Amino acid sequence: MAREIGDIILDLKGVSLSFGGVKALTDISFDVREHEIRAIIGPNGAGKSSMLNVINGVYRPQEGEIVLRGEHFSKMNPYKAACAGIARTFQNIALFKGMSVLDNIMTGRTLKMKANLLQQAFRLGAAEREELAHRAKVEEIIDFLEIQHIRKTPVGRLPYGLQKRVDLGRALAMEPQILLLDEPMAGMNVEEKQDMSRFILDVNDQFGTTIVLIEHDMGVVMDISDRVVVLDYGKKIGDGTPDEVRANPEVISAYLGASH
Amino acid sequence: MAFFLETLIGGLMAGMLYSLVALGFVLIFKASGVFNFAQGAMVLFAALAMARFSEWIPGWLGVANPIIANILAFIIAALIMFVVAWLIERLVLRHLVNQEGATLLMATLGIAYFLEGVGQTIFGSDIYKIDVGMPKDPVLMLESVFEGGILINKEDFYAALIAAALVAALALFFQKTGTGRALRAVADDHQAAQSIGIPLNRIWVIVWCVAGIVALVAGIIWGSKLGVQFSLATVALRALPVVILGGLTSVPGAIVGGLIIGVGEKLSEVYLGPLVGGGIEIWFAYMLALVFLLFRPQGLFGEKIIDRV
Repeated sequence: MAREIGDIILDLKGVSLSFGGVKALTDISFDVREHEIRAIIGPNGAGKSSMLNVINGVYRPQEGEIVLRGEHFSKMNPYKAACAGIARTFQNIALFKGMSVLDNIMTGRTLKMKANLLQQAFRLGAAEREELAHRAKVEEIIDFLEIQHIRKTPVGRLPYGLQKRVDLGRALAMEPQILLLDEPMAGMNVEEKQDMSRFILDVNDQFGTTIVLIEHDMGVVMDISDRVVVLDYGKKIGDGTPDEVRANPEVISAYLGASH
Repeated sequence: MAFFLETLIGGLMAGMLYSLVALGFVLIFKASGVFNFAQGAMVLFAALAMARFSEWIPGWLGVANPIIANILAFIIAALIMFVVAWLIERLVLRHLVNQEGATLLMATLGIAYFLEGVGQTIFGSDIYKIDVGMPKDPVLMLESVFEGGILINKEDFYAALIAAALVAALALFFQKTGTGRALRAVADDHQAAQSIGIPLNRIWVIVWCVAGIVALVAGIIWGSKLGVQFSLATVALRALPVVILGGLTSVPGAIVGGLIIGVGEKLSEVYLGPLVGGGIEIWFAYMLALVFLLFRPQGLFGEKIIDRV
């Protein structure tokens, strides 16, 4: 493979998050290197989604900090995260239901649009050219994800697996440096899971995008990730390559547990 | 036949004005999922600003030309509406991101009372007139086709033209520009919109500004017909059935809904009115809205909401 794992791009230091008295995350630290596929796994309620929402700025941790390319963010928010090159997908698909697949993916280009409101309103040359260029980029993504046949379909009418793919497409349209995937394979059948795994690997390989993904299904994750963080009850219980993690006794007991 | 056409055209022109007010509702609902109860108050506020400034400006600047005074008053009123939009975002909406629809609705109710109160405190609570030089005299048309021709109110005709142009421009803006797409995205899902880098706060300011301009134009047109007075705030209530009929999320729906209600009111008043003793015009729109709520709650063009179970 052409990709080479680089330096640390995202570093989480001592992140703790609680909602009232409930501790969702306790003192979690881990790093993500450039171009790698980094998975966060754990049983239900382990704090995986909370972790992703902290990186993306939806939740603000009470303690700890996020260091992105050497820059410290103590107050991240989703808009800042987007500007800093972090894109994400959602566990319960959050597409714009009334809009077509094409329009949904086009919204991912928002930050790249330079033409101002007046230029857009009057369709001045610059705005027109820009729109066409973005449209071309979006068509590339549509080809890449093999969804040409549903370009004009309103996303609300698509089956679940395809909606997940559009969700990924919208994130890709941002040309992110870091892509956060929240359970990309949840609720999919075996064939859909294979397709999704292939797309994730291709994105990583062809665009060099760093990927942080959360998964619940251990099998798939172990196959595609470079390194894995394991959470349980909001605490980090394992971190390393898939093989190391698989051999970690704490991880085994969390997943298989004596009582299970 | 000529009489029928005359009634029909009268209804269409009145309907266009309903559409204009309904459009204010639809714009804000589409872009932020907020049902803006303050739309009527914004119409009143904008009309008051326009009426008073066009009255004050000649005295302040010594310009006697009413056209210049009107243009200046329009610009000032528009700027005031922008400031109002910015303040609403800053002081109210920003703090209510991701809240329930009912919470946001209550907030706009508060904004409505506030605007009505502040508007009348600043600008006074008498009846004022707006005179933007709309011709008041009726004209006869198609005299060669029908005996006696068709009588058309010129003022209504121009008002309908202005409304139609504004509605068309906004529909294009929503469908064809990147910002329009971002507005629709925000309406569908706040969180997802933020995560792809759509600046929620800026979008809200833009959409309230646009709604402010729509309110201003509606206020000027209605104000020059009826005079600027407190009852203008209730014009919005007459546009409510239009929104229900056309669908809350559809710009074309607001137009078609307005036209149907305008025409329906006039035709039913003229042809059914004598049978039941008249007065149909007042309740016709609400009856129609009720029927729609029963059989087609999403309206003619609204998006049908299908929830996955």
